[in-house]
Amino acid sequence: MSDQTHLHAEHDIAPGDEEQHGIRERIIGYVVGLGLALLLTATSFFIAGTNLVWQPSIPIALIVLAIAQMGVHLVFFLHITTGPDNTNNVLALAFGLLVVFLVVGGTVWIMAHLNQNMPPMDQFIKMNS
Amino acid sequence: MSMTAALGHAHADPHHIGVVVEHPGPAPKRIVTAYGFWVFLLSDIVMFSCFFAAYAVLVDQTAGGPKGSEIFEQRNVAIETVCLLLSSFTCGMASIAADVRNRFWFYLGMAVTCVLGLIFLAIEFNEFADLVSRGYGPSRSAFLTAFFSLVGCHGLHVTAGVLWLLTMMAQVFAKGFRADVLRRMMCFALFWHALDIIWVGVFSVVYLLGGGA
Amino acid sequence: MPAARTVEATMLGKLDWSAIPFDQPIPLIAGAIVLVGILAVLTWVVVKGHLPYLWHEWITSVDHKRIGVMYILLASVMLLRGGSDAIMMRIQQAIAYQSQGYLPPEHYNQIFSAHGTIMIFFVAMPFVIGLMNLVVPLQLGVRDVAFPTLNSVGFWLTATGALLVNLSLVIGEFARTGWLAFPPLSELSYSPGVGVDYYAWSLQISGVGTLVAGINLVTTVLKLRTKGMNYLRMPMFCWTTLASNLLIVAAFPILTATLAMLLLDRYLGFHFFTNEAGGNVMMFMNLIWAWGHPEVYILVLPAFGIYSEVVSTFSGKPLFGYRSMVLATMAICIISFMVWLHHFFTMGAGPDVNAIFGIASMIIAVPTGVKIYNWLFTMYGGRIRFATPMLWSVGFMVTFIIGGLTGVLVAVPPADFMLHNSMFLVAHFHNVIIGGVLFGAFAGFEYWFPKAFGFRLDERWGKIAFWFTFIGFYVTFMPLYVAGMLGMTRRMQHYDVAEWRPWMIIAAFGMLLLSIGVLAQVFQLVTSIRNREALRDRTGDPWDGRSLEWATSSPPPVFNFAFSPDVRGEDAYWAMKRHAKEQQLEDHPGPEYQDIEMPKNSPTGFVCAFFATVMGFALIWHIWWMVILGGIGAFATFVVFAWRDHDEYVIPAAEVERIDRINIEERRSLVSMAGAV
Repeated sequence: MSDQTHLHAEHDIAPGDEEQHGIRERIIGYVVGLGLALLLTATSFFIAGTNLVWQPSIPIALIVLAIAQMGVHLVFFLHITTGPDNTNNVLALAFGLLVVFLVVGGTVWIMAHLNQNMPPMDQFIKMNS
Repeated sequence: MSMTAALGHAHADPHHIGVVVEHPGPAPKRIVTAYGFWVFLLSDIVMFSCFFAAYAVLVDQTAGGPKGSEIFEQRNVAIETVCLLLSSFTCGMASIAADVRNRFWFYLGMAVTCVLGLIFLAIEFNEFADLVSRGYGPSRSAFLTAFFSLVGCHGLHVTAGVLWLLTMMAQVFAKGFRADVLRRMMCFALFWHALDIIWVGVFSVVYLLGGGA
Repeated sequence: MPAARTVEATMLGKLDWSAIPFDQPIPLIAGAIVLVGILAVLTWVVVKGHLPYLWHEWITSVDHKRIGVMYILLASVMLLRGGSDAIMMRIQQAIAYQSQGYLPPEHYNQIFSAHGTIMIFFVAMPFVIGLMNLVVPLQLGVRDVAFPTLNSVGFWLTATGALLVNLSLVIGEFARTGWLAFPPLSELSYSPGVGVDYYAWSLQISGVGTLVAGINLVTTVLKLRTKGMNYLRMPMFCWTTLASNLLIVAAFPILTATLAMLLLDRYLGFHFFTNEAGGNVMMFMNLIWAWGHPEVYILVLPAFGIYSEVVSTFSGKPLFGYRSMVLATMAICIISFMVWLHHFFTMGAGPDVNAIFGIASMIIAVPTGVKIYNWLFTMYGGRIRFATPMLWSVGFMVTFIIGGLTGVLVAVPPADFMLHNSMFLVAHFHNVIIGGVLFGAFAGFEYWFPKAFGFRLDERWGKIAFWFTFIGFYVTFMPLYVAGMLGMTRRMQHYDVAEWRPWMIIAAFGMLLLSIGVLAQVFQLVTSIRNREALRDRTGDPWDGRSLEWATSSPPPVFNFAFSPDVRGEDAYWAMKRHAKEQQLEDHPGPEYQDIEMPKNSPTGFVCAFFATVMGFALIWHIWWMVILGGIGAFATFVVFAWRDHDEYVIPAAEVERIDRINIEERRSLVSMAGAV
């Protein structure tokens, strides 16, 4: 251990806190976030209702836009960054997202298979009547 | 054995690669409280994901009742979305005001946030009441169950948020910008922003994806 | 008169005199005995004047050590209830060959449902959470957990859940659905009584308590460590605490959501899991097991941590392969979220899905294997002392390996198609839970008891308890493996197959041995309390420990450490002891004591739980006005708590010095008497 440099670390930053900028910069941050989010929202609504886009791509586009907007919220409103003092916050978020993906993805995948082999009761009745 | 590194060294290697970082000790209360609340928020997001999963599984089970496209009104959803998004912005303004101890902007920001949240809830309540009166309530079909539960769960969270918001305004009024009040304000802001993030998921997956076809 | 009956119905919902089981002797007598017992204890407490002490020092305490002890006390009492259910079941299965036995099906079904629910939620969970609460802040070198008042809330909400489940014995009934309440049986049409409601509300309330504990401990481990305690210098128990509580935070919301869906079906006619209107019964199984599998890792990971502590201490060696242990722990944490389908291979997801989850279930055995090897290598070359905690650890290693092997066996889908829901499965999960979690809880109990109370437990009774429990376990559960292989299904109230009977009889005899083991634990406790002066731990370090909790007195002062330790490596206390021996000192040479701020006690937890009990009971019995009142009360409690102006009190430096000097003197005098070791 004596051959390594020892550094006294600063504490992490709290989730939701931003590094101290002046008021102007902070407000601008929120304004930019709001603007981007409004833009993404408008795009989502537009794409969902229009015929100008290749139809089969609409679900993916909506999901991508939703993820992008969640990202905008995380960065501009919740101040989640990739700095070293934010690592714990990002790791916790990543863990949560992993679980969400496993639960939602896993459920959809499993239930699709289950429903195919063992249809729910009223479909079963419909099938056999 | 431990050397305090020069400032320049720290800037050159912000992620401390190749260096043993001596842990400085327990974190200050503000960080501890906010991190704990952050962890709670993530648990809440997992809970929402179960309702999203149930919705995805049950979305086609209309049992002879209406589909999504037959009952969703995109205009109302758009208004709700803009209201909630703007409320996130005004909540951010209130947070900044609290940080710089400006009472006027704090109360204004919180009040506008509250009004926007209430408009959101009013529109949503209206939508639910209308559907129920037409016989398309949650007990009509599994799809409607999943719809009412997911959207309703979010609405309940917004309601709790509004109650919390009013409590925060009362706390600032009674106790000023005390350290513990500021910590709670930070948690409230995290909560309110998270609600908007969930709503992005809701309007995309439920109303926009399901509103077509 | 119709009008009067309507008013009564509004006032008391579904509750009336028929809820009390006057016609069923077993619950009636059991309930009467317990009620008399509780009243006797309460009377003694009040008459002897202990109530103020209990209220100020325990009920309103926000001290992690006190809360940890209360969790373990709750778990121990519930162990007796869950164990009684088990005894009843074993006797029933021993005698119910071509006969109805002594328990009709409606009762038998409630008993096995209550057994499972109580053992998992109100024995295993509180036991491990209690141990984590008691020990982790001490091991991390800090004064308390991250959120002390919230800690109290979490405990009391768990107690509320336990209270409601036990209340169902004498007012109403319990669920007859098994401990996971599968629909459609648990839906209103097939379970119209209050049983499933007792089950669901009890778990919802205690689930909130558990989530709160999870948030608390994750934040504590990540944000509250003493100076110099980097992640890779934490004791192994703290790593497993982190992993287990990350799982709590990620998995318990799934339980909350799923039970909420079931309750919405039952109360508001929703269609999540109904057979009509498009509900999907299988979705319940999927979601509940997405919680259920991480749950068992929530239980076993802290036990693994306990074994790491005990094995290294009683082998006199540092833990072998610390970093691989950390990796293995975090690997188990992540993979435990990828295996849940193995609980319903037979539900028909098809070979592709089954194969993937089957392979993942086999993979998760690998990091556990790494841990076992590391424990063995820790013991190898060490000077092993077979004190009771070490006996439990070695017993675990043998027993858990068998249980793990049968686990890998049922992880193979084609094999599981034969063994699913048979007695083989019952034997497997008891094998790993008893061998893993219960043995770990007992090891931790024996190991940390002196720290909590200031005196050791009687070794002789400890060994007797171990051997009876250990042998009793094998005699009870190995026959169940055989019965499962012979085709016996689980949860049978009676059966006609002659080949199964001898195994059931052997199992019942084994249950007798297990019960003696548990009784021996009780005797150990009573004897030790009687002889506590002779068993006094004056140094705070009765086992020659390696981690920071042994640097404090037994019991530690309320502030744990007068000076926050400055940690330089793993096994922090071991290094401190060696360093001190070299310098002929046991502590710092007279630094300046500082004032210490500690959180104030608060009735918030207890009051909140009171209102939760009221709300839970009212929801179960459909007493709507009481629900609203309870809800308002709970909200008011929070507002009152939030309005506090003084949430901390100060221990003056002089008082800190006084307490610390007493501890130092005791330790120094004993060490110098023992001579240089």
